[in-house]
Amino acid sequence: MSPQEILKNLPYGQAFLFVDELLQVNEFGAKGTYTFDENLAFYSAHFKDEPITPAVILTETMAQIGLVCLGLYLTKEEPINKTKTLAMSSSSIDFLRPVYPGEKVWVTSEKIYFRFNKLSCRVKMESAAGEMICKGTISGMLIAKPHE
Amino acid sequence: MNKEEIISELKTIIQPYSEEALALESIDENTDFIKDLKVNSANLVDIVLDIEERFKIEIDNDSMAKMLNIKSTVEIIENKLQVNGG
Repeated sequence: MSPQEILKNLPYGQAFLFVDELLQVNEFGAKGTYTFDENLAFYSAHFKDEPITPAVILTETMAQIGLVCLGLYLTKEEPINKTKTLAMSSSSIDFLRPVYPGEKVWVTSEKIYFRFNKLSCRVKMESAAGEMICKGTISGMLIAKPHE
Repeated sequence: MNKEEIISELKTIIQPYSEEALALESIDENTDFIKDLKVNSANLVDIVLDIEERFKIEIDNDSMAKMLNIKSTVEIIENKLQVNGG
């Protein structure tokens, strides 16, 4: 499955899609980028008069690029993409510095294991300058898509 | 390794994944991972991976699907150990 096809198969709508480019994906991991548009809705409230990307959104960005894109690649031989999706089951992330509106980030994941429908990855997010923004472990389970 | 020894090993393996101290303390064949130990399916995968490492066995998908309580888990471990030993 090509990066283009993976992007097309992501289950997110535009308002909650945090992947722009999938630069690389193989059996061992994935790498992609996302630019936080300064018009994203949460910046007006997180925080009042001081827009900073919420940590939960950074975690989601790491999960969409690092875990879900990789999960789609790893299950490419199975007809699961239509009926199943990856749900985050746990995350443990250390945050080193904030991300401001307009910043572009690079997310890299490294598979720890994919067994019994559970994918576990080490994931890191870096700035354009290569500085570490956050890092940790994220896992997800393949589950049936709701309403299907 | 007899049944009691396997259950005692399982107790040590499961401990980090369950907050149910009482159910864990009184663990026996009838203990159910989800109902009694309140373990989710993602943690169940980690428990199975820890079981593989501790007992030096390999659990296949069909066996994994049956590992819902202590009884079936012990049976699967016993079978795999027997195959390894023979």
